[in-house]
Amino acid sequence: MPAHPLRVLLAEDQALLRVGLTRILEAGGFRVLVTAGSAPELAAAFTRPDVDIAIVDVRLPPTFTTEGLVAAVAGRRSRPGLPVLVLSQYVEPLYAGELLADGDGAIGYLLKDRVSDVDAFLESVHRVADGGTTLDPEVVAALVRSTHRRRPLDRLTDREREVLTLMAEGRSNAAIAERLFVTEKAVGKHTTSIFTKLDLPPAADDNRRVLAVLAWLRSGRT
Amino acid sequence: MTDWKAMPLTPIRSRSPVPIDGAALLDRLRQTGVALVCALLAAPALALAILSILSVALGPLLIGLVLANGVVPATAALTGLHRRIAGALLGTPVSTDYADTTGRNPVTRPMRWLTDSARWRDVAFLWFSATGGFVLSLLPVALLAAPVVHLTGALIDGGLFWMLLALLGGPALVVWWLITPALTRARAVAEGTILGRSRVERLRHRVAEVAASRSETLDHSAEELRRIERDLHDGAQARIAAVGMSVGLAEKLLRTDPDAASELLREARTTSVEALEDLRAVVRGIYPPVLADRGLVGGVEALALRVPLPVTVSLRVPDGLPEPVQSAVYFAVSECLANTVKHAGASRAWLSGRWVEGRLLVQVGDDGRGGADPAGGGLTGVARRLAAFDGTLDVVSPAGGPTLVTLEVPCRPTP
Repeated sequence: MPAHPLRVLLAEDQALLRVGLTRILEAGGFRVLVTAGSAPELAAAFTRPDVDIAIVDVRLPPTFTTEGLVAAVAGRRSRPGLPVLVLSQYVEPLYAGELLADGDGAIGYLLKDRVSDVDAFLESVHRVADGGTTLDPEVVAALVRSTHRRRPLDRLTDREREVLTLMAEGRSNAAIAERLFVTEKAVGKHTTSIFTKLDLPPAADDNRRVLAVLAWLRSGRT
Repeated sequence: MTDWKAMPLTPIRSRSPVPIDGAALLDRLRQTGVALVCALLAAPALALAILSILSVALGPLLIGLVLANGVVPATAALTGLHRRIAGALLGTPVSTDYADTTGRNPVTRPMRWLTDSARWRDVAFLWFSATGGFVLSLLPVALLAAPVVHLTGALIDGGLFWMLLALLGGPALVVWWLITPALTRARAVAEGTILGRSRVERLRHRVAEVAASRSETLDHSAEELRRIERDLHDGAQARIAAVGMSVGLAEKLLRTDPDAASELLREARTTSVEALEDLRAVVRGIYPPVLADRGLVGGVEALALRVPLPVTVSLRVPDGLPEPVQSAVYFAVSECLANTVKHAGASRAWLSGRWVEGRLLVQVGDDGRGGADPAGGGLTGVARRLAAFDGTLDVVSPAGGPTLVTLEVPCRPTP
């Protein structure tokens, strides 16, 4: 944890949700530094150097389509590696792909519903701020369902597929172990096995493992 | 607004010679007047008929082109007048579609006219008007005029010849009374046949109408779905997400700050009620529950109750009209009443509806300041929605009021 509270850029046009998010973030020890209610405001806020993480609603005025997403991708281009967590009322694997395209990690993409599990949400924000990745289970499920590389996937055991899914959501080995009530060592074994079966080079840390798995899933969707 | 409605002529309702009363006499006098006008118009028709033939014959020469550029528009003006007369007499508009000549110059325009069947039918009409049509129109005029002339002659001259002719006047008037409606109608039918659209053209026109209304309906539905998605996203969905946030935070604060937690829960409850209100509003916009429960009459009565104005409702429609029609009419009435409240400054409104001979006719009126714009967003939407069922929307709203909106939709109850 850094010495100062993490400074958040929050882009959300609906006051009700902006207030709710601000309260939760501040209860979690973050500081909401700047808020934006529209795409131009968001673009301006992205230029601030003192922002540690941007939390962005996909749909913003003026056109209420995906300008939040577009601004987030553009913002990342001008500030590579800036942690961005995108929130939305529905999730699209397509948009996840656009966010993950630069391969740098520090990306989150979650349904707004997830915010109500406050501790898990705050943990996700921290993970993204630390350069990790967090993807909504719905996105991961859609990615796994739709990958065309069925055969390597079919070689996985049920448990391994569970581990793969949790990994794709961005969880560390420790978190997966806790979730599945197994030891971290057992998860490590599963991970190694998965990487072998999917023909992926071994990765040094959790973040890289997550990105490798996501890249593998997405590459099957052409 | 079509011209035929503005004509002071009334459609010929019956050709039977009874009853003999003032109205019937007035009708026949009016028809004789029309016949006189048509008979007089035979002169320009004959001239134009000859000139038309000449301009075709002289087409290769410059003079033919010049002639055509004068004759064809003049013919169109004359046939236009006859179309209005025939339309008024038949009670249905008589119209045609000339081939489009926009962007053509005086040399290429006549080429287009040459291949345009509607223009050739105009020429055929000119000949009809100068010959058979002339006879048809002259008869009523002559039968009415002759006895008058003869009687005048007998009174002035007093000779046996005039006396005999004057005696024939009685039977002539009887014949005039009997045959004038039939002759007028015969001529109108002939004109309608020559000048109106042919069967193929009518069908083509109808297909174009249906294609246009179908694509408008699809646009409208897509727009509606988009609106519903937006309403849900900004309303109920956002509020339920906010409820989740409040409850989640309350759960976190339950031990450490119970007061804040209870405040958050209270807020969550209020927001969840608002989310339900949003959902109800969206559902009302899709298919109003009262319409589903009570049909059009109940639905419209419920609408009237929501309006902050006294609204007199008298609706007599059969049960079992198609649901999409009921829904379209419901939303049309809803829009009209909303306009009345928003713009008319009315003190009262009324609403009447009946179903006659396969048509549902609903009128919404108010005593407000008028000036409603039929091309305004709301009313255009209503018209498009009705057009999907071949329905029409007619707005009469002079500045200063009152406003009367008439909706008409052909439909039949399903047993």
